[in-house]
Amino acid sequence: MDRMPGWADAVLVPLISLLLAAILSALVILAIGENPIDALQLMVEGTLMRSAGWGYMLYYATNFMFTGLAVAVAFHARLFNIGGEGQAMIGGLGVALVCLYIPFPHWTLALLGATAGAIVFGAAWALIPAYLQAKRGSHIVITTIMFNFIAAALLNYVLVNLLKPVGAMDPASATFPATTHLPSFQDMFATADTPLFRGSPANVSFFLALAACVVVWLLIWRTRLGYEIRSQGFSESAAKYAGISPVRVIVIAMLISGGLAGMMAINTTQGEAERLILNMTEGAGFIGIAVALMGRNHPFGIFLAAMLFGFLYQGGAELALWTNIPRELITVIQALVILFTGALDNMVRMPLERVFLGLRRRDAR
Amino acid sequence: MTVMKSFLGAAATLALCAGAALAEPALIYDLGGKFDKSFNEAAYNGAQRWADETGNSFRDIELQSEAQREQALRRFAEAGMNPVVTTGFSMSTPIANVAGDYPDTKFVTIDGYVDPEEHPNVKSILFSEHQGSYLVGMLAAMASDSGTVGFVGGMDIPLIRKFACGYAQGVKAVNPDATVIANMTGTTPAAWNDPVKGSELATAQISQGADVIFAAAGGTGLGVLQTAADEDILSIGVDSNQNYLHPGKVLTSMLKRVDVATYDAMTAGPDLETGVEVLGLAENGVGYALDDNNKDLITDEMKSAAEEAKQKIIDGEIEVHDYSSDDSCPALSF
Repeated sequence: MDRMPGWADAVLVPLISLLLAAILSALVILAIGENPIDALQLMVEGTLMRSAGWGYMLYYATNFMFTGLAVAVAFHARLFNIGGEGQAMIGGLGVALVCLYIPFPHWTLALLGATAGAIVFGAAWALIPAYLQAKRGSHIVITTIMFNFIAAALLNYVLVNLLKPVGAMDPASATFPATTHLPSFQDMFATADTPLFRGSPANVSFFLALAACVVVWLLIWRTRLGYEIRSQGFSESAAKYAGISPVRVIVIAMLISGGLAGMMAINTTQGEAERLILNMTEGAGFIGIAVALMGRNHPFGIFLAAMLFGFLYQGGAELALWTNIPRELITVIQALVILFTGALDNMVRMPLERVFLGLRRRDAR
Repeated sequence: MTVMKSFLGAAATLALCAGAALAEPALIYDLGGKFDKSFNEAAYNGAQRWADETGNSFRDIELQSEAQREQALRRFAEAGMNPVVTTGFSMSTPIANVAGDYPDTKFVTIDGYVDPEEHPNVKSILFSEHQGSYLVGMLAAMASDSGTVGFVGGMDIPLIRKFACGYAQGVKAVNPDATVIANMTGTTPAAWNDPVKGSELATAQISQGADVIFAAAGGTGLGVLQTAADEDILSIGVDSNQNYLHPGKVLTSMLKRVDVATYDAMTAGPDLETGVEVLGLAENGVGYALDDNNKDLITDEMKSAAEEAKQKIIDGEIEVHDYSSDDSCPALSF
């Protein structure tokens, strides 16, 4: 066996990558004349030491869990879905149409309706690239990224020409009726004496994201469909030989992926903004790729990675508020983490693997 | 118990001191960013002037995402910053959501409108852009040889149509036969920062005969001004004084004194008077820029005509139609 132990692959590699990213970020912060230790302290205090900070972190993490799961499901069938951004936008359109035009008596029903809307719209947006990949062999990376632009243009058109209230300046829909508003963590956990999660956007859809993690785990490792998806991912020809239809698996995996990406919009559109706004995805569709890579396409890993990125986003806001680090550099710091944990994965893994193999050989001697 | 009490007392005193030490103003820029050479930068300049003159400091933040709008308001208010000044109409909804939770903090929304009855701690500052645009429209018509002038707007919203409508009225007041070509860059916030498209629109208007172009388009306007200078025609800047960008090529700039509004809000500090304030020609909230860079372009004759019209608008003799009052424009169709 020329592989390192599983725990090292799952824990050590991401940790070392993170450390490298942190060191590089510290150098960047030093270079512009700020103190990196103070910056880290600020990020931790503003995020983990305040309930409202947690509220923001969990809000961002909810987005990243959905989009991370979306990327992971497709990835198990060896499909690289980078259209999460577009699928989430169209999912948001589904949420908005359901919330605006169906009179719900209670938020629980509205949540069910919005979930259905998000899944159907998001999945529909993934269907065309899926079909093109399955039937015509058009590469999914190209088609899904193109569909991001089409989705942005479509959302723009719908908001400006159809959903914008007359006389409004913002390209945004009207506010959803009050009965569709999801309870926030503040509504759920704060009492008169302890104002927890004050003003933070985390809401009940966080639990929906947790449930989605469990469902995806069950789907991938405990169902026949999951087995088919994984077989397709390992070897298409072998799966075909075993009687698994590649067309069917590709289309279904992409539909699930698109549906999950669309569900992200429940959090941002119904949960936070309570109206459809133009940049509602806030780049979460792309962050989902990094989250899935870092989480090794496993729902538990995705949960952890989403929390980390939630921390980075909320911590980044704290930096923007209380230091003179410009927002472009905060983006650089976030990008460094993505670069190291996602793209430069092998840079850490290969030397580490060599170390482990060296150790093993010495033991064998 | 007594130990506990004195400890709590000390903690409370500390907290109070921390609050007092932080009673500095805060400034929140819209997504366009701090250095857009136009709207947000004007706010920054006003704040910086206040800081230089008083020796005090202020906090500011450039937003990265929609969710941060409310967050920035809350965090600044919780830290005891007062007043919290914001730029751009997109901040009015978040302020309306937040203001009730922090009754002791004064919020200022420049270009936005928050109902003063509902939120007594919010000041909405609006500008009579149509009046300033009317004056630069007059100057444009007088400077034009072809009788055709252009307007390039940023995002197609009522606010920008208000600019265009005032401008067209000013042009028609000087030359009733003049043609006004009006184009908008786009329908999304991206239209505020697309200088390439601005340049294309300017080229298209020049080919239709325009020889003066007014750009009310934030960062997009930089492309309009550049193209106008390259093609040797005149342009008109907006919000900040942009005459210096292409000396001798920028006829004038429609000033919107966001800097003065910011400066005044910070000078007033926590005692800021709230409510709705409309800054027009009479309050020097809008106007046109005259400096060394355009002194050869604006003749005495043009200047006296503009000054006369300005006085008439202040006295109420000339009524400039405000597009946003009824969503229509008598001088221009969109």
